[in-house]
Amino acid sequence: MKKVFTRPRSLKQTPFHYCPGCGHSLLHRLIGEVIDEMDLREKIIGVPPAGCAVLAYNYFDIDMGEAAHGRAAALATGLKRVLPDRVIFTYQGDGDIAAIGTAETIHAAARGEKITTIFVNNAVYGMTGGQMAPTTVLGQNTTTSPGGRREERDGYPIRLSEMLALAQGSAYIERTALSSPSNVLKTKKAITKAFQIQLDGVGFSLVEVLSPCPTNWRMSPVESWKWIDEVMTASFPLGVLKDVGDKRNAD
Amino acid sequence: MRGNHTVAEAAIRAGCRYYFGYPITPQNETPEYMAERLSKVEGGVFIQAESEIAAINMVIGASMAGARVMTSSSSPGISLKQEGISFLSALELPAVIVNMSRGSPGLGNIAPAQSDYFQATRGGGHGDYRNIVFGPSSGQELANLTFEGFDLADKYRIPVMLLGDGMLGQMMEPVEFPPEVPLKKLPHKDWVLSGAKGRPSRILRSLFLDPTEEEEHNWKLMRKYEKIAGEETRWESFQCDDAKMIVVAFGIGARIAKGAIKRVREEGLRVGLIRPISLWPFPSKSIKELSKKVKHFFVFELNMGQMVEDVKLALEGSAEVHFYGRPGGIILPPMELARVISSQYFQRKLR
Repeated sequence: MKKVFTRPRSLKQTPFHYCPGCGHSLLHRLIGEVIDEMDLREKIIGVPPAGCAVLAYNYFDIDMGEAAHGRAAALATGLKRVLPDRVIFTYQGDGDIAAIGTAETIHAAARGEKITTIFVNNAVYGMTGGQMAPTTVLGQNTTTSPGGRREERDGYPIRLSEMLALAQGSAYIERTALSSPSNVLKTKKAITKAFQIQLDGVGFSLVEVLSPCPTNWRMSPVESWKWIDEVMTASFPLGVLKDVGDKRNAD
Repeated sequence: MRGNHTVAEAAIRAGCRYYFGYPITPQNETPEYMAERLSKVEGGVFIQAESEIAAINMVIGASMAGARVMTSSSSPGISLKQEGISFLSALELPAVIVNMSRGSPGLGNIAPAQSDYFQATRGGGHGDYRNIVFGPSSGQELANLTFEGFDLADKYRIPVMLLGDGMLGQMMEPVEFPPEVPLKKLPHKDWVLSGAKGRPSRILRSLFLDPTEEEEHNWKLMRKYEKIAGEETRWESFQCDDAKMIVVAFGIGARIAKGAIKRVREEGLRVGLIRPISLWPFPSKSIKELSKKVKHFFVFELNMGQMVEDVKLALEGSAEVHFYGRPGGIILPPMELARVISSQYFQRKLR
């Protein structure tokens, strides 16, 4: 009999602790599959953030080094500069990358660091209980934007990926979503491409993944997929934001 | 050679090929020297980071990958690095951090001061930890302690801080470097992240959600600190044999104190000096030991009184302690300190 479905070698035999319907478990699996398919397990190092995904190292069976909140891009820079022939990726949430770690991320992109960032955007601070994130959309209710995010009180959501696409050192930036089987497959393709860009030494690569957080959104998993498609993508349109191909610093 | 250049050159000769920093006076000559020298050394990497926070996190990454790595800054910049230093300590990562400290708090000024003693010797960031802290008092000692700092950092998997000041950084003195360390001779590290090739995957983490696990981690760190305190305490004693009064001072303060002691000795005053070289671990035992013979201690610092607390803790009430300090970036000439010392000496009727 032929085995048609199995756990990726790059994931441990540990059950995920994430909430039902959470995007992290799905995304972990996608990354694990890509690492296996590209045969990177023995040369990849992951940098998990503070937040729900800090425990990523319990699930990935690869070398991982934990970063302080927001500092993953700087830490990854240090790793990559010492080990230029390894593949280094950071896995960061929206608060981690687009609030406290904005400077580290933008400057890593500007330097053209040959690292890959997986940016998980679920529009809330998940682990701390659903506070307003830099990517919380206007009107979205969170524990610190009661009555919904209002621009005159809370300001506007940040489109970090668009900002990073402006950086001369970034090579590939794409925004995808975990909101349907076809979008899940697109996400996997984007991750593959982002790692390939790093292997080719072209520059900074990033995949922003709009990811459901049914617990903090107070929705069912099915409703949360619908919310991504109908509400979130209006503020964060899907697609390739930058792809310089094989040319470094093409502008 | 200028102190800020000395520490950079010593680091490279000790096997450091990675430097991450951010400009701040009075230590800019260190990143400038590193930028120039590392560009000419095979495998050398210099990055001028976007902030001290980024720089210390690049240090964390390079250290995770097993490299000898250094950063340097001055007081306000060191404050920004404290988050990263707490993580280095928790993750048990070796690194050398230089603080050429200046007048503070806040922006303060760019003149030499010793007001970061508390921050350096109490950990500095959040959590229950210590770093090895050296207080060099000359260019030569700065070179030697840089070598030693890298060795101890690797040996104990701990950050080592060189706490100097603007004067040490700017002052030019002749220096003889210890023999260069060949990269092949650097200690093997069996814990680094390099990709899980032919071995189980590794994790470097500081998160222990289970309090019993976090407690065990803290005990583990504490046992390490106790070992370091037992084996790595360093100090210099100067003319203590017949002394009736002992001056305790560190770094540049000790240099000034030595000059002052030479003067008062000429006048027949029996004054000696204890100079802690490792500020943590502090030479408490040797100070306590001295109090069997000497009942008067005079602590001099270029701050409002920080190390004096460690001296009092060491003495446990077994001798009188007088403090004299000058904060804000004031550099006291030895003659002036000599006057204060002799005034204390006579007031205590030691003659």
